[in-house]
Amino acid sequence: MSAPLLSTVRAVAAETALAADGVARSNAQATNSAQSRELYRARQPIYPKLVHGEFRLLKWVGLAGMLAIYYGVPWIRWERGPGAPDQAVLVDLFRERFYFFWIEIWPQEVYYLTGLLILAALGLFLVTALFGRVWCGYACPQTVWTDLYIMVERLIEGDRNARMRLDKSPWTVEKFVKKTAKHTVWLMIAAATGGAWILYFHDAPTLAANLFQGTADITAYLFLGGLTFTTYWLAGHMREQVCTYMCPWPRIQAALIDQDTLMVTYRHDRGEPRGPHKKGQPWEGRGHCIDCNQCVAACPMGIDIRDGDQLECINCALCIDACDDVMKRVNLPRGLIAYDTSQNIERRLRGEKPKIRLIRPRLILYAVSIAAVGAVMLFGLSTRATIELNVLRERNPTFVRLSDGSIRNAYTVKIINRNNAPRTLALAVDGPVGFEIKAIGVEQLAMPLPVEVPGDKLRSLRVLITVPAKALKEVSLPIVFRVNDPKTADTTETRSVFLSGGSAP
Amino acid sequence: MVGKKKGVDEFSGTETTGHEWDGIRELDTPLPRWWLWVFYATIVWAFGYWILYPSWPTLSGYMPGILHQSQRADVEQAVLELRSKREEMGKMLGTATLEQIEADPNLFQFAREAGKSVFGDNCATCHGSGAQGFKGYPNLNDDVWLWGGKLEDIKHTIQVGVRSTSPDTRQSQMPAFGRDAMLESKQIDDLVEYVVSLAGRPANTEAVGRARQTFKEQCAVCHGEDGKGKRELGAPNLTDTEWLYGGERSDIRAQIVTGRGGVMPTWGSRLDPMTIDALAVYVHSLGGGE
Repeated sequence: MSAPLLSTVRAVAAETALAADGVARSNAQATNSAQSRELYRARQPIYPKLVHGEFRLLKWVGLAGMLAIYYGVPWIRWERGPGAPDQAVLVDLFRERFYFFWIEIWPQEVYYLTGLLILAALGLFLVTALFGRVWCGYACPQTVWTDLYIMVERLIEGDRNARMRLDKSPWTVEKFVKKTAKHTVWLMIAAATGGAWILYFHDAPTLAANLFQGTADITAYLFLGGLTFTTYWLAGHMREQVCTYMCPWPRIQAALIDQDTLMVTYRHDRGEPRGPHKKGQPWEGRGHCIDCNQCVAACPMGIDIRDGDQLECINCALCIDACDDVMKRVNLPRGLIAYDTSQNIERRLRGEKPKIRLIRPRLILYAVSIAAVGAVMLFGLSTRATIELNVLRERNPTFVRLSDGSIRNAYTVKIINRNNAPRTLALAVDGPVGFEIKAIGVEQLAMPLPVEVPGDKLRSLRVLITVPAKALKEVSLPIVFRVNDPKTADTTETRSVFLSGGSAP
Repeated sequence: MVGKKKGVDEFSGTETTGHEWDGIRELDTPLPRWWLWVFYATIVWAFGYWILYPSWPTLSGYMPGILHQSQRADVEQAVLELRSKREEMGKMLGTATLEQIEADPNLFQFAREAGKSVFGDNCATCHGSGAQGFKGYPNLNDDVWLWGGKLEDIKHTIQVGVRSTSPDTRQSQMPAFGRDAMLESKQIDDLVEYVVSLAGRPANTEAVGRARQTFKEQCAVCHGEDGKGKRELGAPNLTDTEWLYGGERSDIRAQIVTGRGGVMPTWGSRLDPMTIDALAVYVHSLGGGE
């Protein structure tokens, strides 16, 4: 008899058996466990069973909250004055600005984004070292959308057993209707997901209206289509394969987890040796695991948590809820599967008391790094100048000799006004004795020169500095450009040099 | 021995190809499924491409594809679009006065950038990429202008050129006093001293005295009695520190002897009016504009 057939026979036999009084023994196979993993194999479908419990509730709340944020944020309005967009969170590629509520970032300030990514990475390190793959289990979009898709699947096709039956059954009208309904809802969610994504890049109400009228830009439809497809495909069809085969994070996490990390753990010290349990039988001399396989049936990744920590496990904690429910029914304390550390299991096996160490050197290091990067970002954002000044000395020609022997240097002065309103900024220069200044486009010759800079724009000025021959004592003379807002005393300055080209005596 | 029979490898459970060399059989491991699907997808894609885009050569040309796509036409279209985009700003440039152009940062920026680009293509060969000039080719950054430094003057010079083929060309001629034997060598030596003294540099006073009359007779017509030059004639100022052909005594002497004069081509017939406007604004804004 071949091996698969044998296991089917076993499964069928087990179907009728009880693991304990009132607890059916599931025939769930850990399809992705190390034993049944083959290199070339079509995906085995996984039918996660619905569980009830604290973690499931937490995940429902998290799912609702995160989806609400994702779909809702583009619609929040934020008044910024005339000429500026009133969308609270907007990546404005056309105007080259990133808006986040009161923060506005220019492309040259992309280091704020770097800081944000560093913070995100460090935050991920910290929670992973503390509680294992909480990101994967609760917050990763792949997990959240897959959870949502499984919820839809469950609502239409029923729970685990009903879904398995439906898939095995020949094509009937009912099956056709159910499958069509499921894929239709999936595609609608996918389209809404792709649709929400593009709203972050344009004025949401305008773009949404244009999308439906068919007048939006072709790129909007391309992105909408692409993201609809990826959402539908990754959350509906690829599911756990994304985590197991595509994502680098399961590989990285091994370096971030240590023996003190709290992870979803099967306490084999308490559970083994496992076996079915009949009412009235004593619990002495055997483990608390009644081998009901409910943890396997609940697992969206198709593994058996009792095999220990595995690459596939996203720490979604649904097996905890499944097991706690069973433990309650057989009148045993909950927590056979729980957040625990591998060290605690060894401690208990040695007869010691378990310990939880939340303060460890690596965690302190992560926390300090997060605080430091956060402080730098906060300081940068709170002291962000509203004026920026850049001075480029003309190098071709390096200097110009005028008919009276005086020397002139030209500078390209770029003044950025980060306020939304236009401002008249005052440009002044500290330079060699007796110099004269002229800015092309500004009539006034006496300093400070009034320079009108439009709101939220850069103005480029050509500034000519002329120094009389007798003042040219050195080949290179320091020169300072200063711009200030006469109304707010906001000041910024930049150093440059004045080159006389060796005409010094 | 080469076996032909396909079988299943007992260790891996994978089919074999039936090839066997020295007792070693080749496994027929299947390609990853995703790879195969991508491969099939590329084949489908290729058919679509053949139908939509230019693909197969024919005897007299090629299959154009139902989209009739042509990169050459795309480029022409892009150039046309660019032109029409520039048209609007160009018109504004044509009607605005210099003051209006320089006061409007956008228009000014447009004119400068356009002018800079045209300058690089057409003018930099002689005047240098930064318009700094060379010996015999004027520096356009300074305040020395042979034919005037107002925007209109600059524009006119660009249009008609200097000693060019244009009938309206700006025209001046420094005689070759030495080569054409109009003055004797001794007189030229004295004139050199005189010109040096005009520029405010120490010179041989006896020679200066001797040359005074010669200058009045030969040079003052164009350069003026005070040597400050005449722009309407394109005659340079001899009293400043700038010398187109060099300010050393030998340079000045060489210029009196041979009377060199450069040629600037006429651009009115080669560049469109908008481009000339932009070019004039650019040159004017270099710093020397009046």
